[in-house]
Amino acid sequence: MSICRYLSFSIFCFVIQFAMAETINICATGCDFQSIQVAIDSAKSGDTLFIKKGVYKEFDITIYKKSLYISGETGTVIDVENKGYGFRVEATDISLKNITIKNILMSYTKEYAAVFLFKSYDFLLENITIEGAFFGILVQKSKNGKISNNVISGEGTSEANSGNAIHLWHSEHIKIENNKVFMMRDGIYLEFGNFCEINNNLSENNMRYGLHFMFSNNNSYTANVFNKNGAGVAVMFSKQIQMTRNTFKNNWGPTSYGLLLKEINDADIKHNIFENNTIGVNADGTNRINFTENNFFNNGYAVKVLGACYTNTYTKNNFLYNTFNLSYSGSLNSNTFSENYWSNYSGYDLNKDGIGDVPYRPVKLYSYLVNKTPEAIVLLRSLFIDIVDFSEKVSPVFTPENLIDDKPLMKKVIW
Amino acid sequence: MFKILKYSFYDLARSRWSYVYFLFYLLLSSVLLFLNNDLSKAIITLMNVVLILVPLIGTIFGVMYYYNSQEFTTLLLAQPIKRSNVFLGQYLGVACSLSISLILGLGIPFMLYGLLQSTAIFNFLILLVVATFLTFIFSALAYNIALSNQNKIKGFGYAILLWLFMAVIYDGIVLISLVLLQEYPLEGLSLTAMLVNPIDLARTLIILKLDISALLGYTGAVFKSFFGTSQGFFMSFLLLFVWVILPIIRIFVVSRKKDF
Repeated sequence: MSICRYLSFSIFCFVIQFAMAETINICATGCDFQSIQVAIDSAKSGDTLFIKKGVYKEFDITIYKKSLYISGETGTVIDVENKGYGFRVEATDISLKNITIKNILMSYTKEYAAVFLFKSYDFLLENITIEGAFFGILVQKSKNGKISNNVISGEGTSEANSGNAIHLWHSEHIKIENNKVFMMRDGIYLEFGNFCEINNNLSENNMRYGLHFMFSNNNSYTANVFNKNGAGVAVMFSKQIQMTRNTFKNNWGPTSYGLLLKEINDADIKHNIFENNTIGVNADGTNRINFTENNFFNNGYAVKVLGACYTNTYTKNNFLYNTFNLSYSGSLNSNTFSENYWSNYSGYDLNKDGIGDVPYRPVKLYSYLVNKTPEAIVLLRSLFIDIVDFSEKVSPVFTPENLIDDKPLMKKVIW
Repeated sequence: MFKILKYSFYDLARSRWSYVYFLFYLLLSSVLLFLNNDLSKAIITLMNVVLILVPLIGTIFGVMYYYNSQEFTTLLLAQPIKRSNVFLGQYLGVACSLSISLILGLGIPFMLYGLLQSTAIFNFLILLVVATFLTFIFSALAYNIALSNQNKIKGFGYAILLWLFMAVIYDGIVLISLVLLQEYPLEGLSLTAMLVNPIDLARTLIILKLDISALLGYTGAVFKSFFGTSQGFFMSFLLLFVWVILPIIRIFVVSRKKDF
């Protein structure tokens, strides 16, 4: 009986709340309000604000501890005129949709953002277009949010005077989906961000990284495209990251990587495509990472392994037409290469089981030498190098003896 | 001189080898374009082949032509013609006919493929210019060898050795010295080493123009800051030019004193 009473009471409260929630219209003339800030100040928790189309020259629009559902329509533009933040929010259960925000203030000391969320829970940011952003969406100490279908672009010219499109700091359980971010410093940046999902985003032409993890654990990113960034994705000092079905391409230049791994443990890298990168994967201090069924196509170096890498496995990957398939420092350290397809494997398969009878050595003598003496790279594509590589292949002397793929596949892995 | 040049040129133009050489390049570049579908990639592969074959064929052809036309040369020398004109004419005849086979053989398929609309045209032009330079350099060197060696076998031996040294052994020496001296800053040394050998210079010039140069890392940046400037570019072509001029001067000097 008491449960019944409790239930009916809560339903009553719920209904009351709904009955009280209003829709407030905002437009230049003839609506409830002309200014977004004034409308927000007079709104109650649970109200819906509808901003009609038009240009609103406002900045630092603050929402403090109110649950509001704000939406605009095509042509709703908030022009910050380089004066500060767009929205500053500290609230629970809030949504912001269909708005264009322009011209955020650039600063070398403060992180001005188009949308700044602080200690906000259960938020939704959707269909927001941000142009001329310094920071796009900056989320701090927040939880349970969704950031989707936003388009964020900046005009910065160097790493110092540009910010990140989507920046999470100390935040958890946030979904970042279907966003398009370009011309920023980092496309998406997670620092102390845990349990986040980053799916189907397009991140391109960013100055530093397309996606950047710092001290962020238990995250996953799937089906994203990283194109023409300084480096595609940097995963640093993080654990338990799932990387699936992403495309890393055209990260080309003297300091470019498709995927930069630095001090990361226990990750799965599966079904990704690495195409036209100077270095496909740069692994430094990585442990227990499984590379499974990835395509490395047309990279300068497909995989570059630096020191302190232990127990990583490379299985069923396709290495196709890379200048160097593997560059390796130090000893093998219980890393394994097995059942990969190497486009320049020249062995044979007598028993026709699809596995080559001769082990494949992914490290050529030349890439070994270049590792020791970087200046030797000037002899790239010289006839002498080809001869040396060939003779080393026939009878290995210098390259690490046990660094082999003992089951090289005869046919490309199809996944 | 021009009469002799013209004669040598027509003589070679009628010979089977020029056509074989021309057809070889024609076939090579058509097949490459057919298989690659990408001009820039085709240029890289072509570069690999050109840098090995052009010097080789230049040397062999130069030596062969000199020895083959030795009797005719003696006949010409009996006429009131300046010696330098005879040899220079013959040399230019060989070098020009080889260059034309090369340029036409590589150029025609690329033209048909739509090179003129492509952005790779500049890279391709560099490849052609560099290959022509290599032809001139190596046939001049071959002529020098042939002039100094009456013995055909010896002459051929030295010619092959010259090619082997420039194309292969030199790089080996450079690599070993780089590895041995790895404690020292090596950018200057490697840059100089690449400038001195015409084959390496040609390779570096082409590679730096292609995407692949990003692989060169820090050393590449040093190279780019040299070759990227008009001064460095001018300097490298000057060096190629010096490589042509020096052997020609030696042809003059040796042929003036040589007893036939």
